[in-house]
Amino acid sequence: MTDVITPAITGDGSRGSVAVEAPSHLHEEHGPTGLLKWLTSTDHKVIGMSYMITSIILFYVAGIMALVMRLQLAAPNASLVSFAQYNELFTMHGSLMLYLFAGPFAFGGLANYIVPLQVGAPDMAFPRLNALSYWLYLSGSITMMLGFLVAGGAAEFGWVAYAPLSNAANSPGLGPDVWIMALVLTGFSAIFTGVNLVATIFYLRAPGMTMFRMPIFTWNMLVTAILILIAFPVLTSALVMLFCDRHFGTHIFSVQGGGSPILWQNLFWFFGHPEVYILALPYFGIVTEIIPVFSRKPVFGYKGMVFATLSIAALSTGVWAHHMFTTGVVLLPFFSLLSLLIAVPTGIKFFNWIGTMWRGELQFSAAMLFCIGFLLAFLMGGVTGVMLASPPIDFFTHDTYFVVAHFHQVLFGTAVFAGFAGIYYWYPKFFGRMLRENLGKWHFWLMFIGFWVTFMPQYIVGLLGMPRRVAVYPSNLGWQSYNIISTVGAFIIAASFAILLWNFWVSWRHPIPCGDNPWDAHTLEWFTTSPPPHHNYTHLPPIRSERPTWDYHHPDAPAIPHGEGREPKRDKVLVSS
Amino acid sequence: MDPRPDGTRISAASADPAGPGRRTEAAGHDLRKRARRVLLALVVLAPIVLAGCQLPTFGAFRGATTQGQDAFKLWQGFFIAGLVVGGFVLVLIVWAVFRYRRRSDQVPRQTQYRPFIEVLYTVIPILIVAGLFVFTVITENEVDAVPSTKVTIDVTAFQWGWQFYYPATGKVVIGQTLQQPQMVLPVNEPVTIHLESADVFHGFYVPAFNFSRYAAPGYVNTFNFNVLHTGVYRGQCTQLCGLYHSLMLFSVKAVTPATFERWVHQTSGHQPTIGQLKNQIRANGPGA
Repeated sequence: MTDVITPAITGDGSRGSVAVEAPSHLHEEHGPTGLLKWLTSTDHKVIGMSYMITSIILFYVAGIMALVMRLQLAAPNASLVSFAQYNELFTMHGSLMLYLFAGPFAFGGLANYIVPLQVGAPDMAFPRLNALSYWLYLSGSITMMLGFLVAGGAAEFGWVAYAPLSNAANSPGLGPDVWIMALVLTGFSAIFTGVNLVATIFYLRAPGMTMFRMPIFTWNMLVTAILILIAFPVLTSALVMLFCDRHFGTHIFSVQGGGSPILWQNLFWFFGHPEVYILALPYFGIVTEIIPVFSRKPVFGYKGMVFATLSIAALSTGVWAHHMFTTGVVLLPFFSLLSLLIAVPTGIKFFNWIGTMWRGELQFSAAMLFCIGFLLAFLMGGVTGVMLASPPIDFFTHDTYFVVAHFHQVLFGTAVFAGFAGIYYWYPKFFGRMLRENLGKWHFWLMFIGFWVTFMPQYIVGLLGMPRRVAVYPSNLGWQSYNIISTVGAFIIAASFAILLWNFWVSWRHPIPCGDNPWDAHTLEWFTTSPPPHHNYTHLPPIRSERPTWDYHHPDAPAIPHGEGREPKRDKVLVSS
Repeated sequence: MDPRPDGTRISAASADPAGPGRRTEAAGHDLRKRARRVLLALVVLAPIVLAGCQLPTFGAFRGATTQGQDAFKLWQGFFIAGLVVGGFVLVLIVWAVFRYRRRSDQVPRQTQYRPFIEVLYTVIPILIVAGLFVFTVITENEVDAVPSTKVTIDVTAFQWGWQFYYPATGKVVIGQTLQQPQMVLPVNEPVTIHLESADVFHGFYVPAFNFSRYAAPGYVNTFNFNVLHTGVYRGQCTQLCGLYHSLMLFSVKAVTPATFERWVHQTSGHQPTIGQLKNQIRANGPGA
C-alpha cells in the first residue's frame, strides 16, 4: 500500500500514537470467504457497504421511475402510462427514495461504516443486531419491489398512504399490503440501527474521545439515531393499525366505525416530520466533515453547531402538523411558530459552514463542489420552506408543484448533493483507491445544472396552480413549457449519474492508490489504513480535540480556543508533510 | 508514483508563499470599505425604490377575493424577506468561494470561535422569525374569519367529482371529472362555504383565490369567500384521492347579486345523486 503519510502506520511512539490492545485473533479474519463471508459477516464495514450498495441501486431504480413520470408530464394529455400506473410510479418513487434510499444510505450505510471509525471503536456495539438490521432492510426492500409483481399492481396511495384512501375498500389488492409489510420490516431495521448507533457512541468511544471531541458527523448520527427511536415506532404502530383496519375489521381510521381518518395524518406526520430531519441531519454531518477539510480549518462554532443540531431535533418533534395546515383541524399559530423557529438553528448551521470557509484555503475537489452545491440547493429549499411555514401561504401552495419543488430541493440538496459529496470523500477510505476527480467534476456540474433546470420551473408552475400527483393537466393554462423544461433537467441529472457509474468502473479497472489520508483530513478514520483492517485500528493517535488526525500531522496548528479569536495574527505555519 | 489524482494536490513543498494570489492586508481593507459603502447605499435606496413602484406578483395570483388579496400581500412580504435573507447568505457563500479559494499551501489561521458573531447570527434570525410570525398571525386571522353571511353553499367532494348545494333554495349542481361542475356565487358579498367529503380526503383549491382547504370525511370545514370581480375561476382537487384525481376539476362563477338571485331560484331539475355518479364513473370511466 502506498502511504502518503506514514507515521500513523509505523506507530512512531515518539509522536504519541498508542498501540491498540486487541486480542490477537481479532486481527485476522478466520472462517468463510467470498459470498459466505458476506452473508455471515458482522463487520460494520461489510454491513455498511452492503447498505450503501443496496440503497444506491434503489436510488437508480427510483430515479428511472422519476424519468418515466417526467416524460409523461412533458405533454398535457400524454398516455405513456395509465392513471393507475402513474399513481404506482409516484408512490414507489417516493417510498424508495425516502424509506429505502435517503435514510438507509445515511444511517445504515455511511454511519455504520464511519461512526465506529470516528470514535475509535473496533465495531458497532451489537454486531449481530447490526447484521439483522441489514437483512431486515434488504428483505423489506425486496418486499417493496415485489409490489409491482402482485395482482393489481403496487400501492397507489402516495408515500403518505392517507386513510381512508389506503383502506381495503379504496385500495383493494395485495400491493398495499406488501407496501405495509415492507415498511414494517425496514422500520424495525431502522430502529435496531438506531439502538446500535446510540450504544456505540455512548459506550465504545476510544480513551480521550469525550462527547465534545466527537466529529460533527458522529454527533449528527447520534441525534439522528435518537430521532429514529422517537419516530419510527410511531410509524410501525400506525402501519399495524392500518393493516388491522384493512384485514381484521377494526375501524381505527374509518368514520363509519367511529374512527378518525385524521388520526392517520397525525400519526404519520409525527413520524414523518422527524423523518425529514432523520434524512437531513446525517447529510448536514457529511457536509460538516468535508468543508473544514477542504478549507484546512476547524469547524467554525463547533459547540454552537452541536446545540443547533440538538434544537433542530427537539423542534422537529413539534412541527408535524405543518403538513396538515389545510385540514382545518390544527392549531395554526403553534405549528407555524415552531416551524418558523427551525429556520434559526438551520441558519446557524449555514453561518457555521460559511464561517468555516471564511479565510480558509478552499480546495475545490469533487467532494467540496458537491458541498457547495448542497449549500446553494438547501438555501433555496430553506427559503421556500420558511414561506410554507406560514399557513396563509401554505393554503395556496399546499399539494401543488411549489411544494414538490421545495421538498425536492431540500431532499435532493441533502441526500443527493451531500450524499454524493460523502461518496467522493470517503470512497478512498472504503477502497484504498481514488475516484477520478475530473469525472467527479463533470458529474457535479451536470447535476448542478440539471437540478436547477428541473426544479425552478416547478415552483412557477406550482404558483400557477398545478397540483401534484396528476398524470394529466389542462392544455390551455400554459403549464406545458415549464413541464418540458423540467423534463429536460431531469434527463441532465440522469446523465450526470451515468458519469458516476463510469467513474466507479474506471476506478475499479484502473485503480489509483490513495494512501491512508489523501485529503489531509481531520478525523480518526483517516488515521487507519484504507480500507481499514478488520477491527479498524492497530494504533490510535492521542485524542485531544475533535481533529485527532489533523493534530497528529499538524502539531503546530491547533484550533484557536474560546476568547482568543481577536488576538493579533500569528505567523502562518508553512507545512510540508 | 504520485498517489494523488489530478487536481487534488494537498501539499507541495514548492509552493511560492509570495505568489500572485497572495492577499495583502491593505487590499482587504480597501475591499471591506467599498463593500460597506455599497451596503449603505442599498439600505438607503431600497425603501425608496420599493415605495416608488408597484411590487411585482413574484409568480402568485393577486387574489380575486379579499381573503386571497390578504394572503397575496403576505406572500409578497415573505418573498421580499426571502430575497433579502437568501440573497445575503448567497453573497456570503459566493464571496467565500471566490475570495478564499486555495492559493498556497499555508495552513490558514485556525479560528474556531467568535462568540460575538455567533450571538449575532442567533439573535437576528430569531427577530426576523418573530416578525414573520406576527404578520402570519394577522393575515391568518383575516383569511380564516367566518362571519355569518346571507349566502351559504354546502360543497361535497367525492370520488371523483363535486356537488354544490344551496340550502336556501335547495338548488343542486353536481358533476364528475371532466363534466367540471360549476359553483355560482354572488360577487362583492361574503359567502360561507361548508366543505366536506363523501369518501376520502380531497382538496378544494381555487388558484385565483389563493386558497385551498381539505374536504374531509367525518367533519365539516367552514370558510368565507368574498369575490371581488365577476368571472369564471378554475378549481381542482389537490389532495390525492385515487385513480382519477388528475381529472377532478370544477369552476367557480362569480356573478352580480341580481343574476345570482335569479339563478339560485331556478329549479335544478333532476340531478343524479353522488352514489349514482360514483357508480357511473366506476363502470364507464371519466366522462365529459
